[in-house]
Amino acid sequence: MSGPRYLGFDTLSLHAGQRPDPATGSRATPIYQTTSYVFDDAARAAGLFAVARAGYVYSRIANPTVSVLEERLAALEGGVGAVATASGMAAIHVAIATLVGAGSHIVSSRALYGGTHNLFAYTLPRFGVETSLVDPRDPASFAAAIRPNTKLLFAETVGNPRGEVLDVEAVANIAHAAGVPLIIDATLTTPALMQPIALGADVVVHSLTKFIGGHGIAIGGAVIDGGRFDWEASGRFPQMIARDPGLNELDFAEDFGPAAYIMRVRLEGLRDFGASLSPHNAFHLLQGLETLPLRMRRHCDNAQAIARWLATQPAVEQVSYAGLPNHPDHALAQRLMPKGCGAVFSFVLKGGRAAGRKFIDALQVFSHLANVGDAKSLVIHPASTTHARLDAEALARAGISEGLVRLSIGLEDAQDLIDDLARALNASQK
Amino acid sequence: MEIVYQGQTTYVQTAGYDLDPAKPSVCFVHGAGMDHAVWTLFVRYFARNGYNAIAPDLRGHGRSAGAALTSIEACAQWLLGLLDALALGAVGLAGHSMGSLVGLQAAADGADRVRALALLGFGYPMAVGAPLLDAARADDHAAVDMMTIWGHDFGAQIGGHQVPGLSITNITKRRLEAARPGVIYADLNACHTYTGGEAAAAKIQCPVTLILGDRDRMTPVRGAREFASRFAHASVEMIPGCGHGMMEEKPEQTHRALVKTLAS
Repeated sequence: MSGPRYLGFDTLSLHAGQRPDPATGSRATPIYQTTSYVFDDAARAAGLFAVARAGYVYSRIANPTVSVLEERLAALEGGVGAVATASGMAAIHVAIATLVGAGSHIVSSRALYGGTHNLFAYTLPRFGVETSLVDPRDPASFAAAIRPNTKLLFAETVGNPRGEVLDVEAVANIAHAAGVPLIIDATLTTPALMQPIALGADVVVHSLTKFIGGHGIAIGGAVIDGGRFDWEASGRFPQMIARDPGLNELDFAEDFGPAAYIMRVRLEGLRDFGASLSPHNAFHLLQGLETLPLRMRRHCDNAQAIARWLATQPAVEQVSYAGLPNHPDHALAQRLMPKGCGAVFSFVLKGGRAAGRKFIDALQVFSHLANVGDAKSLVIHPASTTHARLDAEALARAGISEGLVRLSIGLEDAQDLIDDLARALNASQK
Repeated sequence: MEIVYQGQTTYVQTAGYDLDPAKPSVCFVHGAGMDHAVWTLFVRYFARNGYNAIAPDLRGHGRSAGAALTSIEACAQWLLGLLDALALGAVGLAGHSMGSLVGLQAAADGADRVRALALLGFGYPMAVGAPLLDAARADDHAAVDMMTIWGHDFGAQIGGHQVPGLSITNITKRRLEAARPGVIYADLNACHTYTGGEAAAAKIQCPVTLILGDRDRMTPVRGAREFASRFAHASVEMIPGCGHGMMEEKPEQTHRALVKTLAS
């Protein structure tokens, strides 16, 4: 391009959404710990309530600290806007609830975070929303499952625990050919590794709790709107293309153009479901975002080194990491995530459930807990924790073997992590 | 709402309100490659405060069918005809960037149709640099990028949208990307080749307000300030820390300036 250029990713990670506070000069983002905002006069109040003026009314709908986080995420993902939520699951819920109603249908990858699987398989059906779960490695299976009442396609960039990599472009093309949007959960990759909107996705959701926050101190989520989906042409979303008496007679597509979806997520989703992010948590999450690109480089470097090492260990049956050449999605991962394949992966330990318990108990640097994406390395053995109630056969049906161990690789010295794993592998086989 | 005007489906944003000949009217005209949605907050405000408020999509833009018109004079005639078709009386007319040239020409050609004129992001002459014009002619995405970056103050890339959670630059980029092939070039070339500004200004007797961003990189303020002296009744509302895209960059300050100018 012979002209100006956009600010780079690392710069946006530090600055997007926030200029020094005009009242005080504060360089850091102030925490606006307030529920509500004084109106200058009656006319401005009326204008704000009528969505005819710009500004803040009530922190359930919007808060200045949270808005900095939202804008930063929109900038990093290449979206027209974002809405931050109380958790990653709240983000998924509001992203979906904006589009579906009783009688709606969803097509989703079956390689899902457990909470999302529960939402689709057990909770949404109580509200009349059915989901077909399909193979993320077979884009055609998404197409085959689409029905006249399908409202969206859903998938994660990288599955957990087996590391399936989604061909986002292929699935986006299938979604758009059917007139439905593609929602991508990009929690495990973050915009530092993959930007799904640039690949054709329409909406991105995140659990900010994980790598974006990065320090295991704050729960949060976000919905980011790519701003390209044509709600009018789709014909499947009357709520987006007609004046809504419950929402100030807004016609979202007509009034907001590319920001139609994200405006509805905020004005309906936060107003009526109320899963808003606290400003204090937004502040913590912003601190994480500032170093996201640096941390993700280190996370990926460490993960690659450890996965490679684990693959050579006699106590290890299999390593599922897309950064390894023998992973079935390695070539796709190289294309979509040239900077790295993330830092969450699993391996299968010889010796089954008993070996898994011994392995966990012998670790000293890795923390045994139910989270991923911390700066510190984390581990969990599903067969003795999250899936302990399942026998071997039921575990196999869930795609989890008794010896499967999930790692979330942190920022420690790689050799210290390898030494810790070596000690634990040795203990597991005794 | 959609009407058939000059044989083409033509979209006019009214915020869902029916037009009432008994009410005063305001009309907003978008800039190059844009559509009505840049004016939504302002249309909603005026519509809820006793006005007929309209923001048409110029021919070939947004939801309006047909080929984009290729001169400012043709756009001005099209606009005046639309006001007739909608049976609106004299309007408070606001135009942004290319829309400001359309407003200028329309206020000159239809003196009895415009009671007040707001020119936002205005410059005259509105010469367009060769790199941008060439990229637009080729429908190269570089044109979108140049208009997105130069079309705002540098700080807009950092952000701070007054509508919480929105990205100033990415919204502009998506709007421009949605323009049909050839439209951005037709618009930019119409601006570039427009030579009727001085003559138009000499004819205009209604009050004129130039609403300018002091950091405008597309239509720098010095030229606009100098041009203001050509109007019989002109004032300048300067928005500090604002570039060319004031409706996204500083919607509250733009709101106040528009209310001051257009309220009857």
